Amino acid sequence: MVSKFSIRNLGFYYDDHQALRDVSVDVPANEITVVFGPSHAGKSTLLRCLNRLNDLIENVALRVEGKVLLDGQDIYRPGLDVTELRRRVGMVFALPIPLPLTIRQNVTYGPLMSGEKNPARLAELVERCLKQAAIWDEVKDRLDDPAMRLSGGQQQRLCIARSLALEPEVILLDNPTSGLDPLSTAKVEASLEILKESYTVVLVPHSVQQAARVADLAVFLLNGELVEAGPGEVLFTSPRERRTEDYVTGRFG
Amino acid sequence: MSAQLTQRVAFALLTLMAVVVVVPIVLVVGYIVVQGLGAISWEFVSDFPRNGMKEGGILPAIIGTVLLTFGTAIASIPIALGAAIYLAEYARDTWLTRTIRLAIINLAGIPSVVYGLFGLGMFVLFLGFGASIVAGSLTLGLMTMPVVISTAEEALLTVPQRFRVVSRSLGASHWQTVRNVVLPNALPGILTGVILGLERAAGETAPILFTAAAFYLPRLPQSAFSPTMALPYHLYVIATQVPGMPLEVQYGTALVLLVLVLGLNLVATVLRSRFRRRRQW
Repeated sequence: MVSKFSIRNLGFYYDDHQALRDVSVDVPANEITVVFGPSHAGKSTLLRCLNRLNDLIENVALRVEGKVLLDGQDIYRPGLDVTELRRRVGMVFALPIPLPLTIRQNVTYGPLMSGEKNPARLAELVERCLKQAAIWDEVKDRLDDPAMRLSGGQQQRLCIARSLALEPEVILLDNPTSGLDPLSTAKVEASLEILKESYTVVLVPHSVQQAARVADLAVFLLNGELVEAGPGEVLFTSPRERRTEDYVTGRFG
Repeated sequence: MSAQLTQRVAFALLTLMAVVVVVPIVLVVGYIVVQGLGAISWEFVSDFPRNGMKEGGILPAIIGTVLLTFGTAIASIPIALGAAIYLAEYARDTWLTRTIRLAIINLAGIPSVVYGLFGLGMFVLFLGFGASIVAGSLTLGLMTMPVVISTAEEALLTVPQRFRVVSRSLGASHWQTVRNVVLPNALPGILTGVILGLERAAGETAPILFTAAAFYLPRLPQSAFSPTMALPYHLYVIATQVPGMPLEVQYGTALVLLVLVLGLNLVATVLRSRFRRRRQW
C-alpha cells in the first residue's frame, strides 16, 4: 500500500488554542480515508493542513508543528509553491460555494488560472469532470447558466467536478453532504467510489453512519488528538479503544 | 397615554421627519427649474457669453466643467482604486494601515477651500502648472480620492470571503483571485463610488477658484495647461461680481449645473439597482 500523505506528529495552534496535537497517520493512495469525530475534534483543521488553506486565516497567529509529507516531500518546507500544492490537493467544502459564474466557468476556473488556454482541452475537461461527479446529464444542456441557479445537491456535485478539473492527486471533502437530502447524498457517495480509482480521497463525513459506509481507512479524532486509526470494517465493528467504541455506538457525541 | 397611542404618535413624528428631508430638495430643484427654465435654449448651451456675460450662452463653462471632471477621474481613479484594493485585499491590521485609514478619514474631512489653497501652492506655483486644467484636476482629484477609496473598499469588502477561499483552494494566486473574482463582483459598487466622487468634484467652486478657473475667456482652453471657465465658478461670478446680470441667466446656469450633477447621480442609482437585481449572492 502506497502512502499519499504521511502526517508526522502534526500539531496546530490558533493563537494559544491547540487544535491538533501530535497527530500521526498515513493516508493511503487511491482509497477513501475518513476523518471523523465530534465537533471541535480538529477534523476540518486537519483537512485544511493538507492543502495549507489554513494559511489564509487572517488576524490569528497560526503555528504548525511536525511534518506533512506529500509523496515524501514536506509541504510546509520553505519555498514551496502553495498554489501548486493546492492544484495537487483539491478541496470541496461543507456548503457548496459555486463562484458567481456560469456552470462551465466554474469548472474551467482552476485550469484557466493555471494557464490552460486550449479551448478543446477545456471543453473536454468540462465534460469529463462533470461526468465523474455524476452531474453531466443534468446540466449538459445549460452549461452557460449561472451556477447559483442549480439546486443544492447539484451545486455540490458541480463543486466536486470543479476540484476534479484541477486534475489533482488528492481530493479533500469537508463534510460535503451536510446540506444535502438523502438522495443527493447517495449520489455524492456513489461518485466517491468512482473517484477513488483515480484519486486519493480524504473525507470528513456528515455522520458516523456515512463514515462507516464509505471508509477504507477510518481516523477517529477527539479534542485534537488521534484516538484510533484503522481499516473501516475493523474500526466500526471492533474498535480497540473504549472512547472509539463509545462514540461509534452513540454513547456520546 | 396607552402604548398603542404612544406608538402612533412616535410613528407619525418619525414619518414627519422623514418627509421633512424630501422638502428642501423638492423646493431647491423646483425653484431653480421655475426660475431658470426660461433661460434655457439651444443658444444658451452652445454659444459663448456676450455683452459682459449678460447675453449669449455658457458653452465654455460647460465644456470646462466636463474637462475638469474627466481630469479629476484620470487623476484620482487609478490611485484611489489601487489604495482601496491594497486596503481591502492585502493590508493586515498594523499601525501602518491604521495610519492610512486615519489619513483617509481626515482627508475626507478637510474643507474644500483648503484643498484649493494647497493646489495653489503645490500645483500652480511649486510645480509651475499655472492656473490650468491640470492643476485644477489634480486638486479636485486629491479631494475626490478619499471618497472613492472608502466606497471602493466598502464595495470590495461586500464580496463574500468564501469566494476568495474557494478561488485560492482552486489554485488561484492572491492576485488572480482579486482580479478574477473580487473585482468583477465589486465593480458596480466601485463605479457608484467613483461617480459620486466625481459628481462632488463637478460641483465644487473653492478648489478650482485659485487653480483652474477663469473669470472670462473668449475662447475654449487650448491645452491641458490653459485655464478654463467652469460652471460653479461661472455661477459664483455672475451672481456676485457682475452688476446688472439678469436673474434668469443666473438661474439658467444653476439649472444646467444641477442637471449635470443630478444626471451623474441618476447614472449611479441606475447602476446600483441593476447590480442588485443581477447579483447572485
